[in-house]
Amino acid sequence: MFKGITYTASLFTIIVLFGIIATLFSEGLPILKHVNIKDFLTSPNWHPTHFPADFGILSLIVGSLVVTAGALIIAIPLGLGSAIYISEIAGTRSKEIIKPIIELLAGIPSVVYGLFGMAFLSPFLIKVFGIPTGLNAFSASIVLGVMVVPIISSMSEDALSTVPRNLREASFALGATRWETIVQIVLPAARSGVVGSIMLGFGRAIGETMVVIMIAGGAAQIPKSIFQPVRPMTAAIASEMGETVIGSPHFHALFGIAIVLFFITFITNLITEFVFLKKRK
Amino acid sequence: MKSFKILVLLIIGCVMLNFIAACVQKTNRINTAGSTTILPIVQAAAEVYMQKNPKINISVRGGGTGIGIKSMINETIDIGNASRKINKRESDLIDKKNLIETAIARDAISIVIHKDNPIVELTLKQLKKIYSGDINNWRSVGGNDKKIIVISRDISSGSFEVFNEVVLDSTMVKNDAMKLSSNNAVATAVSYTPGAIGYIGLGYVRNELKVLKIDGVLPTCKTAMNNEYKLTRFLYMYTTDTPKKLAQDFIDFILSQEGQKIVEEQGYVRIKCFE
Repeated sequence: MFKGITYTASLFTIIVLFGIIATLFSEGLPILKHVNIKDFLTSPNWHPTHFPADFGILSLIVGSLVVTAGALIIAIPLGLGSAIYISEIAGTRSKEIIKPIIELLAGIPSVVYGLFGMAFLSPFLIKVFGIPTGLNAFSASIVLGVMVVPIISSMSEDALSTVPRNLREASFALGATRWETIVQIVLPAARSGVVGSIMLGFGRAIGETMVVIMIAGGAAQIPKSIFQPVRPMTAAIASEMGETVIGSPHFHALFGIAIVLFFITFITNLITEFVFLKKRK
Repeated sequence: MKSFKILVLLIIGCVMLNFIAACVQKTNRINTAGSTTILPIVQAAAEVYMQKNPKINISVRGGGTGIGIKSMINETIDIGNASRKINKRESDLIDKKNLIETAIARDAISIVIHKDNPIVELTLKQLKKIYSGDINNWRSVGGNDKKIIVISRDISSGSFEVFNEVVLDSTMVKNDAMKLSSNNAVATAVSYTPGAIGYIGLGYVRNELKVLKIDGVLPTCKTAMNNEYKLTRFLYMYTTDTPKKLAQDFIDFILSQEGQKIVEEQGYVRIKCFE
């Protein structure tokens, strides 16, 4: 009985997954009837509602990558730093306080982050840097970075704390300082967990939608600097899907973007799996 | 085998639910679809109307003006919402039946800038050049030496369509124009971005923003009424010449003083000025 229920549950999940993939491809591939794959992926002109329409998603892909890279540049040092502090340096007491607080960041809904970016961060950046607009790749990166910190921090901390105690003691016994032990012994030993956490953070950042709709600025262009507005793929799909005519080229183009996004996250997941598998061997 | 039973039960449950839903559908129902620009008005009006007449169920869908008119002609819906007049190609599709066109609201697209910007008016031509990328600095239109930050509505927005039609004609909006997803987002961004220009519905204009005269005319209820303001348009509801009594009732409700108040609350301009 119990076996049957759990079996049905897992089967159901798999069916849903394949259903989603099938829909994605059956709705997304027809765009290639209207534009060839090379233009679709390499043209920076995205004018889906203009007549005649342009369906080039390069600027959207670049937008996603720029924002995600920026987020990781911010989140990796912060996340890894706090993970090392919590796992290796902090005493039990401060550990008990800091860890839940960082994890609390993960519980804040993304629309709240978006509001914060729109109402506070963006005007603040205009004042501080004197940049022409506050809704750009830079501010989106900052907010996404903060969102990714708890993922990297808590997963890396888990990985660091599973490193056996005797490795550290052996290192100390050989005369290594605490810093040397952390950098040369503990981090390499926890490598796969740390890389996994970064990959997961990458997935979270590139898939995040609400924040980039609200703060990235929405201009479909290849940015010349990080202070220019961009339009990441998720923002384009979410803000345009609601009002396209079902079955129109624009509709299929949005599914086409979803396929690209799917491939990017799929490949990242594969890499993560690969890293983990390699460790187990 | 029990898991199989549960599955069967689930399927039977779903089928029954569908059946119940289908039964409910036969009761008093008004179907509307079409322009997403009017959607907020119709949704808000439908809510109030359904509260007053609990037995009536109004279904409000978007899809775009074209879809609204087409479904109207095929009689799959009762009211087609349109943010433009029906065009020749569409009216040719209707042979015997005539359409009744009812204007339910006006829309005046207001051009707003940061309140510290000294500019007070632009011509339609200058506006076009700013949005297409020919003018990039406020100096070129008589202002300070400052880069113009162009803010547009998102591609799928109805305001975007009309703005493109009236202002840009058939040129494209420049690639680095920011595209924000709502009237409110545009208003907020313009209010704290010194070099910004954006367009919003009249209902969204607030004190932190400066509204520009276009070709010498400021958008107000009055100038939208007498068509002095260039960026004005009507929003329509289309029915066949023999509309369901219910549908006609609903349109009458939107045209009533109470309905027109909803129109205004949603950021549009009423058909008649009551002031």
